[in-house]
Amino acid sequence: MIEEGKPIFVQIAEQIENDIIDGAIEEETQVPSTNEFAVFYRINPATAGKGVNRLVEDGILYKKRGIGMFVAAGARARLVTNRTEEFAASFVRPLLDEAAKLGIAPNQVAAMIQSAASADTTNQKETVTS
Amino acid sequence: MTTTTLAPAVSVEGLTKRYGKFTAVDNVSFHVESNKIYGLLGRNGAGKTTIMQLLTGQQFATSGEISVFGDYPAENARVLQQICFIKEAQKYPDTFKVKHVLASAPWFFENWDADFADRLVDDFRLPMKRDVKKVSRGQLSAIGVIVGLASRAPLTFFDEPYLGLDAVARQTFYDRLLEDFAEHPRTVILSTHLIDEVSNLLEHVLVIDEGRIIIDQDAEELRGSASTVVGKATDVDAFVAGRDVLHREGIGGLASVTVSGLSAAERRTAADAGLELAPVSLQQLIVRKTSGSGAAAQSDWSESA
Repeated sequence: MIEEGKPIFVQIAEQIENDIIDGAIEEETQVPSTNEFAVFYRINPATAGKGVNRLVEDGILYKKRGIGMFVAAGARARLVTNRTEEFAASFVRPLLDEAAKLGIAPNQVAAMIQSAASADTTNQKETVTS
Repeated sequence: MTTTTLAPAVSVEGLTKRYGKFTAVDNVSFHVESNKIYGLLGRNGAGKTTIMQLLTGQQFATSGEISVFGDYPAENARVLQQICFIKEAQKYPDTFKVKHVLASAPWFFENWDADFADRLVDDFRLPMKRDVKKVSRGQLSAIGVIVGLASRAPLTFFDEPYLGLDAVARQTFYDRLLEDFAEHPRTVILSTHLIDEVSNLLEHVLVIDEGRIIIDQDAEELRGSASTVVGKATDVDAFVAGRDVLHREGIGGLASVTVSGLSAAERRTAADAGLELAPVSLQQLIVRKTSGSGAAAQSDWSESA
């Protein structure tokens, strides 16, 4: 679950962001405590706290004194916007680099994406009808 | 909870311990902050146990200063009452059964939690009625782990606590340590060479090599502080020229070089040059820094710049 070579608090923050984006944790609901994160991910509580604090600084989580951490209203939309901006750098660019290495032109890449996407929808239809 | 500024639990200045002509601890200075889990890491014979013996008043320093909770520890009841030192090979009275060890522990540790100890006995499946000198090596280690955890001493040392413990029992130890530390923060110094297993538990890392502290750093800063660059030897050497090279391996025309500190922009440059970047674990980093890195760095790449 925890990878090497990347600060753990960053990974914890990203994990919570993912849970917010895919709806596992809804806005205005409470997130687990720092200690619960620490025990679950088997990491130092101070490290877990650092990850949570980062999201507080970003306004994704907010603190209710004496109760715990909650997901801010509008957090999901903001995370999706941020992630969309990162998408080009972290996915499209490496994809084009690898394609260039193999001599696949960008328009061919686009065609491959199209055909993969339509294969997906066909499969989905098949599973629905069967 | 990350920013509580308490007085350091341990302060050491210019500490040296010699045994005859052998210098076990060589002019070492460091602080241990309260309520953090520290890793005291290093190879066998590096001086880890000697440092812990000095801090717990079981050895006298040749020179230098030690302060534990504000005082010199040796023969100081106020300080020693707050310390629990779990040794690799703890000796118990010959007539003791396992249950006697746990029954006598509260005499020494005022924070002793008997319920917690009972739960740990179940977790580790410890045979309470067996003579302590007849239990297996792993069970002996389990006794130490239980005493170390249930004593909740403000300063707890675990010196290679898990000789003979299997992987399941070691994981139980890590899990219980984290859970209990979260509820009852205290200063824990974990000495081990199983670095990969404990690295995520640590907040701060002290690495000792040949009696000297060579790394004294926040665990999170240390993680990701090095990368391995892999690719065509000529490309790799061009990229790492002028950098702090920790290790270099080559096969045919390929090279794999570990360097410290790369910025996001530098990573990008490496990727554009067709080089692969691989993360370096805490264990790999420490192996690189403690395995005679001087010789490795000088071997074949020395003046490729």
